[in-house]
Amino acid sequence: MLSIQNITKSYSNHTALSEVSFEVNEKKIFGLLGPNGAGKTSLIRIINQITRPDSGQILFNGSPIRPKHEQYIGYLPEERGLYKKMEVGEQLLYLAQLKGLSKQEAMKRLKIWFEKFEISSWWNKKIEELSKGMQQKVQFIVTVLHEPQLLILDEPFSGFDPINAALIRNEILELRNKGATIILSTHNMASVEEICDDIALIYQSKKILDGTVVEVKENEKENEFLIRFKGDLIAFTQSLWVDAKLISKKEVGGYHEAKVKLLNDKQPNDLLKAVIPHVEVHSLNEVIPSMNEVFIKKVEAINNNSHA
Amino acid sequence: MRKIWLIIQREYLSRVKKKSFLLITLLGPVLMVAGISLVVWLGIEEKSTQTVLVVDEKAPVFKGLKSDAFVEFSYGNNMGIAEAKELLHQSEYTCILYIPSNIEFSNTAKLYYKEQPSIVAIRNIENQVESIVEELKLNQYKIDRKEFYDVKTNFTLSAIKHAESGKEEKLDSSKTVIGFMFGAAIYFFIFIYGVQVMRGVIEEKTSRIVEVIITSVKPFQLMLGKIIGVGMVGLTQFVLWIVLTMSIFSVVQSTVFKDFYSPEKLTEQVQATPEVMQELEKEKTSKKFDILSPDGILQRTNWPLMIGLFLFYFFGGYFLYSALFAAIGAAVDSETDTQQFMLPVTLPLTLGYVLSLIIVENPEGQVAFWSSIIPFTSPITMLVRVAIGVGEGGVPIWQVGLSMALLIIGFLVTVWFAGKIYRVGILMYGKKVTYMELWKWLTHKQ
Repeated sequence: MLSIQNITKSYSNHTALSEVSFEVNEKKIFGLLGPNGAGKTSLIRIINQITRPDSGQILFNGSPIRPKHEQYIGYLPEERGLYKKMEVGEQLLYLAQLKGLSKQEAMKRLKIWFEKFEISSWWNKKIEELSKGMQQKVQFIVTVLHEPQLLILDEPFSGFDPINAALIRNEILELRNKGATIILSTHNMASVEEICDDIALIYQSKKILDGTVVEVKENEKENEFLIRFKGDLIAFTQSLWVDAKLISKKEVGGYHEAKVKLLNDKQPNDLLKAVIPHVEVHSLNEVIPSMNEVFIKKVEAINNNSHA
Repeated sequence: MRKIWLIIQREYLSRVKKKSFLLITLLGPVLMVAGISLVVWLGIEEKSTQTVLVVDEKAPVFKGLKSDAFVEFSYGNNMGIAEAKELLHQSEYTCILYIPSNIEFSNTAKLYYKEQPSIVAIRNIENQVESIVEELKLNQYKIDRKEFYDVKTNFTLSAIKHAESGKEEKLDSSKTVIGFMFGAAIYFFIFIYGVQVMRGVIEEKTSRIVEVIITSVKPFQLMLGKIIGVGMVGLTQFVLWIVLTMSIFSVVQSTVFKDFYSPEKLTEQVQATPEVMQELEKEKTSKKFDILSPDGILQRTNWPLMIGLFLFYFFGGYFLYSALFAAIGAAVDSETDTQQFMLPVTLPLTLGYVLSLIIVENPEGQVAFWSSIIPFTSPITMLVRVAIGVGEGGVPIWQVGLSMALLIIGFLVTVWFAGKIYRVGILMYGKKVTYMELWKWLTHKQ
């Protein structure tokens, strides 16, 4: 769907993006991750053709991206913005027409969205009369009204209360199910795990990681297991051997919980064989890192390298 | 193109539909007519008769003062000036005319008043006293009145432009006054609506809507649409003002001031004061600034030419300056930050206005030439110059052509430059921008 190829962009005093490449697959939700200032917004602006890259190119459905593709893209900027003194209905009609919809078509679609979000009474209200959350809903409609093939949402959940955040999340999932491709830029890793299919991690203007969420976590897991048991903790530790290192331990409601890292390709079965004779095992789970942990680990690794 | 049209529509309608637009559009002409009417009414009120007590130390020489609609003379027989002053506030008299015994040497008399009499009344008294003093002197020097008039010289130098073709025309600076009015209108228009463009850009920038819009249209289209849309608002307001002012004025004239404006009434008043009429007649022939006469300034102005050029320079100048105003709006985060960039824009604009005051007097000098060629001042100054005519006896056609061509080039260049600053500026937040920075934006690749 969207192919980012060797994008480099620098401003007068710093490099915003350096040789960034990745693929955004059709009908997937793609998480563009990175801390503030990593270069996410620069990249989004290039995809939106607000700015041009110094080098590299972007393919939209296989062909270099052009101004005519604007109408297939919907963009929700991080800094939300609407004309404050303009009425809701009028404003939505205007922005939809700028995206190429006819007035009649825009009107028809707006009615559906207004009913869906139960905001029909807002049509003649000025934006400045609405609460922040309400403005966010209007902005979301602006983004999706022209039914874009590609949606770019920059921090879509910020500013929503939990109920409306859930509403928006469901909308995003529904849009994907209907066939839209969605790029979701955020530094909120929890939301990524919930709804993203694929991710790319950008840090200090470089892409440092990409793949499906499952893959990335699989790749980043460290063969650690959480074992929950009853019995003697000393017996448990004594049963471990040189390829099974105890990382941490704690007691929770009468059970012991120990995190064990297996080295040299040892398997969980090896661990079970070793400990079962000594303690009563209740559960064994592989420790899958959260996106947050993956993120922090990667960033720390880079920082250590650069310091070394 | 469709998108620019949509933007123009929005910019236009969102402003025209505002209550404040309606209010100013309606209130402007009403205030204008009210102001003019007040002046006229006060003028009429002033014509109330002055009753003058004459204290004549040369009595009975000044017995011959004639009363009329404006001034009524009565004589305090043998009354001293001190006595007359005492009497003034207990009497109906509005003034005391004190004629000292040495009047033929001092050439001055004194008028003491309670409330300032109108200029017309003072002129009237002055003229009458003057002619009596003249008479007195003629008698003393034993000069015949006819001889005196033969000798008395009222000299005029008639300045006439002689064109190469032999066509001759009298220099007529009253025409340039009409031109100045057009120029001044352009000056105020550029100022008011240029600033509106700037505010619009700042509003889009601070509300962050601009980032949404430029994913649909190019920044340049957005800027152009805004400039054109606001320009149309200005033109609408301008036309409405003229139409409304004219129609309200004609209504007021035909109802409230019906009596005062009727020609019979006017002639009646004028005839009543032959001296004043003579005075007016003199002014008429020397200045030719009488609006009503068939030879008046309104008749001698080439309206189609003036209005055509007015529209051209109106839009040319507006585009040039509003593009700069748009660039300022894009470079700053709020209106308070605009100060440092405003001066270089408002300075040439104001200079054009100030220079046009000079050009009214000398529409063919060096100042007039250069300022009407340079695009930053030409929208204002050229209007003053072309009022004397274009071609034979007026501004040479090549100068007008050059000025128009340079204005078009000028506004294309400024719009292009402004577009570059605009494009970078609208996405730049929270940074105090310097001139150095602006230069970088201009030279920056996309």
